[in-house]
Amino acid sequence: MRAFVSFSVLALIVVGLALSLSHIPFGTDRMQVGNYYLDHGVADTGASNIVTAVVLNYRALDTLGEVTVLFIASLGLGVFLSWPKKKEGTQEEGKRELPEASLIVRRGSQFLFPLIILFGGYIFLHGHLTPGGGFQGGSVIASAFLLMFLGNNAYRLRHTPLTVTESLAGITFVVVGLIGLGVGGYFLNNFLPKGNMFSLFSAGVIPILYSAIGLKVGAELSGIVANMFESRSER
Amino acid sequence: MTTGNPMMYVGAVGLIMIGLFTVLSKRNLIKIIVGLTLLDTGVNLLLVAIGYIHNRTAPILTQAHADPSKMVDPVPQALVLTAIVIGLGVTALALALAIRVYGHYKTLDTRKIRGLKW
Repeated sequence: MRAFVSFSVLALIVVGLALSLSHIPFGTDRMQVGNYYLDHGVADTGASNIVTAVVLNYRALDTLGEVTVLFIASLGLGVFLSWPKKKEGTQEEGKRELPEASLIVRRGSQFLFPLIILFGGYIFLHGHLTPGGGFQGGSVIASAFLLMFLGNNAYRLRHTPLTVTESLAGITFVVVGLIGLGVGGYFLNNFLPKGNMFSLFSAGVIPILYSAIGLKVGAELSGIVANMFESRSER
Repeated sequence: MTTGNPMMYVGAVGLIMIGLFTVLSKRNLIKIIVGLTLLDTGVNLLLVAIGYIHNRTAPILTQAHADPSKMVDPVPQALVLTAIVIGLGVTALALALAIRVYGHYKTLDTRKIRGLKW
């Protein structure tokens, strides 16, 4: 019965999608908005990566909302996993000791950890020049912490530095936006000089904003990973 | 009709369908969450495929490729960048909820969880 209902719902959706998509001339040419961004993006923002120009200049307010959504998700995850506090004596049966990883895995993860952090920093600092940006760099940084958790049984992450980093990065984003409001008349105005194209210090506030986003996303995702691992070790 | 390869759209819609079917028919909460991520990936792939134009490069100006008329539409890519992050947050939150549900009911089977039947 469930499979039948599922299949009929799916068939309906497939027919609807096919009917609607077949009338759109895909792949022929860009829309007007995309054309405008491509033709004027560099002159307007100074960023050679047009996707970054869209995300952090034309639609930067949406990015602030996106960062907020991720923040709320990580906050909710922390609340769900840490509340209510564990009751003693109810969950011994699920508790089993994990074997310690081998020496190669432990040392290898500790050796790779700073290199991966460095690579994440590179990705979010060059977000306006190359494919990449704050979200990608933050994910790479969080993967370094994930590697440490997987390779070292006793590894624990202190939450206070994470929270401080995250809050400072979020405050930086909003303060840069407010300075733009004060200088140029609208929120997240690009008030710094645009600089030379293809150089690291170009595109005005975009590297600052992307660094803030990179640190914030990295701290949030590392916090998510840490929360998950700690909830496992508690029960 | 389409100058691009229609297999891109077929693959993306196929991923969406696999994800939807998983969400609708599976009974394990973890499998349902995996279905949600598949659905998410399919939608993202469909958006990027819609923005793709045959024989054009990524919308990043470099010294070798500085001609904006040879680039694909950047708007769907910026949208998908947002959607990936939101999908990640949704997945993390759903997994945390699944952990709490398991701690309470000692099962992930939606038939055995009171109030989650259909």
